[in-house]
Amino acid sequence: MSRLLTMKNVWIEGRSDETWTPIINGIDLHLDKGEVLGLIGESGAGKSTMGLAAMGFCRDGVRISKGSVYFDGIDLLKASAAKKRSLLGKRIAYVAQSAAASFNPAHRIIDQHTEGPVQHSVMSRAQSEQDAIELYAKLRLPDPEQIGFRYPHQVSGGQLQRAMTAMAMSCRPDLIIFDEPTTALDVTTQIEVLASIRDIVDQFGTSAIYITHDLAVVAQMADRIKVLLKGDEVETNDTRAMLSHPKEEYTRSLWAVRHFKRPAKPAVHTSATPVVSVQAISAGYAKVDVLHEVSFDIHEGRTVAVVGESGSGKSTVARCITGLLPPREGVIEFDGIALPLDYRKRTKDQLRQAQMIYQMADTALNPQKTIGEIIGRPVEFYMGLKGRDKRRRVEELLDEIELPADQYFDRLPSELSGGQKQRIGIARALAAEPRFIICDEVTSALDQLVAEGILKLLARLQDELHLSYMFITHDLATVRSIADEVVVMKDGKVVEQGSKTEMFSPPHHPYTDLLLSSVPEMDPDWLSNLLAERGVENIGDAAVKKMK
Amino acid sequence: MNIWVIFLIVFVACFVAGWVFRFAGEKITEGKPFFRDMSMGVAFGYALGLVVLVWVVWSYYLSRTLPAPEVNKYFFFRMAIDGFILFSIAAWLFRLLGRIVGTQATKKLFRQMPLTASFGLMTILIYAVLAIFAGLLAPYGQEQIIQGAAANIAPGGDPAMGGNPAFPLGTDQIGRDILSRLIYGAQNTVGIAFVTTCLAFVLGGTLGFLAATLGGWLDQVLSRAIDVLMAIPSLIFALLLMTIASAWAGSQGGMLTAYMVIIIAVIDSTRVFRLARAVGANIVVMDYIEAAKLRGEGLFYLIFQEILPNALSPLLAEFGLRFCFVFLTIASLSFLGVGIQPPLADWGTMVRDLAQFINFAAFAPRVASAPLLAAGAIALLTVAVNFVVDWMLQRSSGLKE
Repeated sequence: MSRLLTMKNVWIEGRSDETWTPIINGIDLHLDKGEVLGLIGESGAGKSTMGLAAMGFCRDGVRISKGSVYFDGIDLLKASAAKKRSLLGKRIAYVAQSAAASFNPAHRIIDQHTEGPVQHSVMSRAQSEQDAIELYAKLRLPDPEQIGFRYPHQVSGGQLQRAMTAMAMSCRPDLIIFDEPTTALDVTTQIEVLASIRDIVDQFGTSAIYITHDLAVVAQMADRIKVLLKGDEVETNDTRAMLSHPKEEYTRSLWAVRHFKRPAKPAVHTSATPVVSVQAISAGYAKVDVLHEVSFDIHEGRTVAVVGESGSGKSTVARCITGLLPPREGVIEFDGIALPLDYRKRTKDQLRQAQMIYQMADTALNPQKTIGEIIGRPVEFYMGLKGRDKRRRVEELLDEIELPADQYFDRLPSELSGGQKQRIGIARALAAEPRFIICDEVTSALDQLVAEGILKLLARLQDELHLSYMFITHDLATVRSIADEVVVMKDGKVVEQGSKTEMFSPPHHPYTDLLLSSVPEMDPDWLSNLLAERGVENIGDAAVKKMK
Repeated sequence: MNIWVIFLIVFVACFVAGWVFRFAGEKITEGKPFFRDMSMGVAFGYALGLVVLVWVVWSYYLSRTLPAPEVNKYFFFRMAIDGFILFSIAAWLFRLLGRIVGTQATKKLFRQMPLTASFGLMTILIYAVLAIFAGLLAPYGQEQIIQGAAANIAPGGDPAMGGNPAFPLGTDQIGRDILSRLIYGAQNTVGIAFVTTCLAFVLGGTLGFLAATLGGWLDQVLSRAIDVLMAIPSLIFALLLMTIASAWAGSQGGMLTAYMVIIIAVIDSTRVFRLARAVGANIVVMDYIEAAKLRGEGLFYLIFQEILPNALSPLLAEFGLRFCFVFLTIASLSFLGVGIQPPLADWGTMVRDLAQFINFAAFAPRVASAPLLAAGAIALLTVAVNFVVDWMLQRSSGLKE
C-alpha cells in the first residue's frame, strides 16, 4: 500500500484574548491509499481541527504554526491558493456534520452536486448529472432519478447526509474527511448512512478520515483508530486491537462509559397513586395531529423513559404535561388531581411541582445572567427567600450538583463547559423543590464521559429527594442505564410500554426490535453481521416505512 | 489631452504597476502567501491607492505653497486635510491619556480601542462639554446682536481678509457671533435630538418587545399599524405633522419644539419597533424564556429581566444610528423652517440662513465657509457617533464568540 497523506508534528493554535493558545500539540498522522482512519475524542479534543488541517485548511482565527502536511507528495501548507483550489473538492473532499446546514438552501441538490466536477473540468454538466443519479442509487436514496432535483429542505436529514456523501464522491476524490456525519441522526437513520458510506468507500477504494465521538460507530467504519485528548494523541492502533486491548487508561475509561447501570427497583404497588398520570391525551399543532391517545403513569421515585425517533411526538408529550401545548383531549393528573391543561391557569404551586431540564443548556440559561441569579430566581420566586438566605440556599444547591459555590456563583453561562451548564439547569429545577422533573434529551448534546456524570448525578438526586423523572431520549444506552420503565413511541402513539427488564428482553414489538437492533455495538463486525442477517432493505428508514 | 485618454493611461499604468508590485514582492519575500495568493484585482488596488495618495500629497503641497489667488482653489481641500491630521493627532493623544490615567478597567478599554473609536469618543465628549456649559463657554449670547460690530464678518479673524479678531468665526447677516451660536446650537440641537431618540426607544422598544412576547392579534395590530406609518415618507410626514402642530402651538416656540420632539419620536419609534420585535422574536423562542414562563413569571419580568439584557447590544447600536438620523431630521426640519424656531440657535437653521454665501466659494472661500461651519459640526458628530457604535458592535459580537 502506498502512502497518501502524511502529517508530521503538526502544531495548531487558536487565537483567543489577543494570544495564541495551542489546540493541537504536535500530532503525527498518516493514511494509506484505501484506508479509513477513525479520529475519536471528546469535544475540544481537536479532532475537527485536525481533519481540516489534513486539507491544509484552518478556520478563521486558527493557524498551523509548525509541522508539515503532505498529500500525495504535495506540501499542502506551502502550496499556493491556486494549487490548493485545484486539489480541494477534486482530490480531497469534506463531509460536514450537519448536511442541513452545509447545503445552500437556495439551490437544488443536484446543482450543488455538479458544481465541483464542472468547475474542475472533470465532467460536463450532463455527465455529472448522470453520475449523480448513479451515485444516489448506489447510496440507496429513494427515487434517485428525481431526488436531486429537490431543494435541501424537501429532503429528510438522513437522505441529505447521503446526498452530501454523494457530492463528496462526485469527482472521485482520493481522500474524504467525514466530520461526525451521523451525530445528528436517529439510530435507524444512522445505520443506513453508515452502511452507505462504508459501501461506497469500499467500492471506489477511497481513503477516509472518519471523525466521531461515538466508539461503536467508529468501530464499524475504521481500519485504524487514533484517540485524541485535548490536542494530544493518546494512542493509535488497528481497530480490532484497540477495541480488545486498549493500552491507555483514558481509552479504557471511554470504553467503560457504556456500562453504567442502576440496580432495578422493586415493583410499584398497583394501588399507589402515580405522581403524574397521563390519560389518553391527543394533541397537535394547528391542523396537524401529533399525539393520539397517549397514556402512561409515573410513580414516585421512578424514572420513566420515553423513547422514539425525532418526530415521534415524545417532546410534544412533555409540552402537554407542562401546559405549553394544551392537549385537545385527555386528562393530566398530578397526585390524582386533574391539572388545568393551560400552564397560565395553573397555580404557582402546581407550576413549582413539575420542573423541566432542557436538551440544549446553551439556550436554556440566560446568557446575560450569572449562575447565582439563574438559580436564585426560582428560590426567590417560589420560596420567598431574599438576601443572605437566598445566597445560602443557592450555595447549597451548587453543592448538590457538585460545583464549588465560591467559584461558580458569579460566573456567566458562557464561562462554563457543556456539562457544567447542564448541571446548572438541574440546579435551577431543584431550586423549585419539585416532585417531578421532565428531562428532555438532557445528555444527547454531551460527551459520553460528561453524560455519564450527569446521569449519575440525576440518579443520586432521585434517591435522596424521591424525585420522579420523565426521561425523554432517543438513545437506548441511556435508557438502559437509568430507566425503571420504558414507553416506546412512534408516530404519536405508544407502541409498547413496560418495565425495563421486560422491554429489553424478547419478545419485542417489531418497532422496539428495530430500534434495539439499530444501536451500534462495539463489535467491529456488528454492522456486517446485521446486514448479512437482515438484508439492506430491513434496516433503517426502509424498515420503518414497511411497518406503516 | 482628452480626459478619457488620461483615464485610460492611468488605468493601464496601475495594472502594469500592480503586476510588477506583486511579481517583485513574490521574488523578494520568496513566495510569502501575501504576494503569492494576491489576485490581480488586489494588486491593481494597491497601485491605484498609491496614485491617489501621491495626488493627495501633491495637492496638499500646492495648497500650502501657491500664491494668494491660485490657492483659493485648494482652500477647502487644505482645511479638510489639516482637520484630518489635527483630529488624528488629538485622538491619538486622547487615547494615550486614557491609557495612562484612570482605573484598571478603563485603561484596558483604552488599550484595545482603535483610533477611530478614540476619535469618536473624544468628539462626543467635546460636544457634551460644549452643550452642558454653553452658557459659560460662549463669548456672547445666542440671540445677542452685537452693537458696533458689522454684520457679515468673515471667519478667520484676519482683518486683511475681512475678519475681526474679536469674532474668530465671524458674524452672520444681522451681526450675531457665529462661534457663540455654534456652541448654543450644540445645546439645542444635540440635546433635543438626545431626548427625542430616548423617547423613540422607550416607545418603540416597549411595543416591539410586547408584540414579540405576546404575539397573536396584538402583534398583528401593532405591526400593521407600524407598516402604515412606515409607508409614508418620513420627512414629508414629519413636515405635514409639523405644519399642523405649528397651527396648534400658535406663537409659542417652546410648545412647537415639544410637538416636534413627540412627532419625530413617534415616526422614528416605528424603526425601533421593527428592530425590537425582530430581536425579541429570536429571544422569545429560547428555552430560558420558556423556563421563565413555566415558572409563572409575569410579563414585566419577562420583558425587562429576560429579554432586554439579551437585546441590548443590537439596540445600543441602533441607538447610535437612530440618534444621527433624528439629529439630521431636526436639522432638516429647521433648515425648512418648521423645526427649532428663531431666535434659538440651531445648526440646521444656521446652514439655511447662511446658505447664500456658498456662492462665494470660488473667489472668497473664507466667506463661503461660514455656512459650512454648522454643516461641519453636524457631519463631525454623525461620523463620531457612528465610529463609536461600530466599535461597540464589534466589541459585543467579539464577546459572544
